[in-house]
Amino acid sequence: MKSSLKWAALALGIVAALPTAAQAHRAWLLPSATVLSGEDPWITVDGAISNNLFYFEHFPLQLNGLTIIAPDGETVEAENAHSGKYRSTFDVRLNKQGTYKMAVTGESMMGSYKLNGETKRVRGTAAEPPVIPAEATDVQIRQALRRIETFTTVGSPNETALTTSGIGLEMVPLTHPNDLFAGEEAKFRLLLDGNPAANVDVEVVPGGLRYRSQLGDMKVTTDADGVFSVTWPEAGMYWLQAMVRDENGSIPGTQRTSTYTVTLEALPQ
Amino acid sequence: MRKGIFFALSGVFATPAMAADLTVTVEIPRLDVAEYHRPYVAIWVENPDQSLAANLAVWHDIKMRNNEGTKWLKDLRQWWRRSGRDLEMPIDGLSGATRPVGEHEIGFTTDAAPLDKLPAGEYRLVVEASREVGGREMLRIPFQWPPAAASSQEIRGEHELGRVSLTLKP
Repeated sequence: MKSSLKWAALALGIVAALPTAAQAHRAWLLPSATVLSGEDPWITVDGAISNNLFYFEHFPLQLNGLTIIAPDGETVEAENAHSGKYRSTFDVRLNKQGTYKMAVTGESMMGSYKLNGETKRVRGTAAEPPVIPAEATDVQIRQALRRIETFTTVGSPNETALTTSGIGLEMVPLTHPNDLFAGEEAKFRLLLDGNPAANVDVEVVPGGLRYRSQLGDMKVTTDADGVFSVTWPEAGMYWLQAMVRDENGSIPGTQRTSTYTVTLEALPQ
Repeated sequence: MRKGIFFALSGVFATPAMAADLTVTVEIPRLDVAEYHRPYVAIWVENPDQSLAANLAVWHDIKMRNNEGTKWLKDLRQWWRRSGRDLEMPIDGLSGATRPVGEHEIGFTTDAAPLDKLPAGEYRLVVEASREVGGREMLRIPFQWPPAAASSQEIRGEHELGRVSLTLKP
């Protein structure tokens, strides 16, 4: 009972945080390593929502929507999952050689309508849409899709886990996401519902702000094929996010926000 | 019959036109540190675009149970990227135990792998060292293969490597 209350509170907190996410809070997964060797290594992954990267200072990332895809395309379970005050954490046993994808996905609807002069707020999901009375006016429903990812590789990188779902905003790496090095250019393609997402801004923010005075962020834009490129100025963890607003919500005519977020590591030469 | 063998052999040696020797000396420096572990070291030949031309030696912990010493091979970052991650270590003739402080010499000839398959061209010798609870250092020495004349080049590391030399003999 207690824990289900806690999860409900977490869910509400995150939904409440969503509208302001673009302005301030950043959601992320942070793997303890992205390039590994050996036969049976583990990683531990932190998940949090914070202002500054990559610090635990605001809210844990709820792990309800976590999927881990192994190098052979199978899903594997997170181990030792835990949610604390400022962060969630889980471990992944990497007993297959190749690339793992970790993704936290979520979908929610929120909005409001007017009835008898009163404004009512509603929440829901695509599966359980908010109930709007027939006589309601000023109906405003917004749907939010989000996908937060990171990658890690044991041994030789492979592509199997990089497959996309065709739902919302996603990234197809053209440069392997665990083969990134300072000073080198990497290319990625953004897809919206499986189609190239052209002319979308991507924000690139390096981690470690506590030890710098400037954010050091970069803005890049996808081309007609949805492709964007980033040259990593130095080695480190980077946070990338892109967002698309359209009118393709699962309730016809409603606005939809699709957000894609990924944490990538560039290694020194 | 004898003639047949002669032609077969000359066919094997046809690619690198002549026999040559390549000798690498790597010094593991003595370090004044609280906790010392012998470094992992990878020695290889790279093409001008940094792709792998030939692996020469990898000194890593080959004695640990369950091959656990492979866990730190990725700390030889450049070697791991260019070659190591595609290999199943340990490999006979490539893997060797970590070496103590001092100078270590390894020699290769065109009579045997991997130099028997190295085409003529521009290369760089790369030596990368990474030490547990320590740092990492990588040194490069450019050379032409096969050598036109005997030569010896030397470079000195500052952190994890001491003197590294490359001696070529036609």
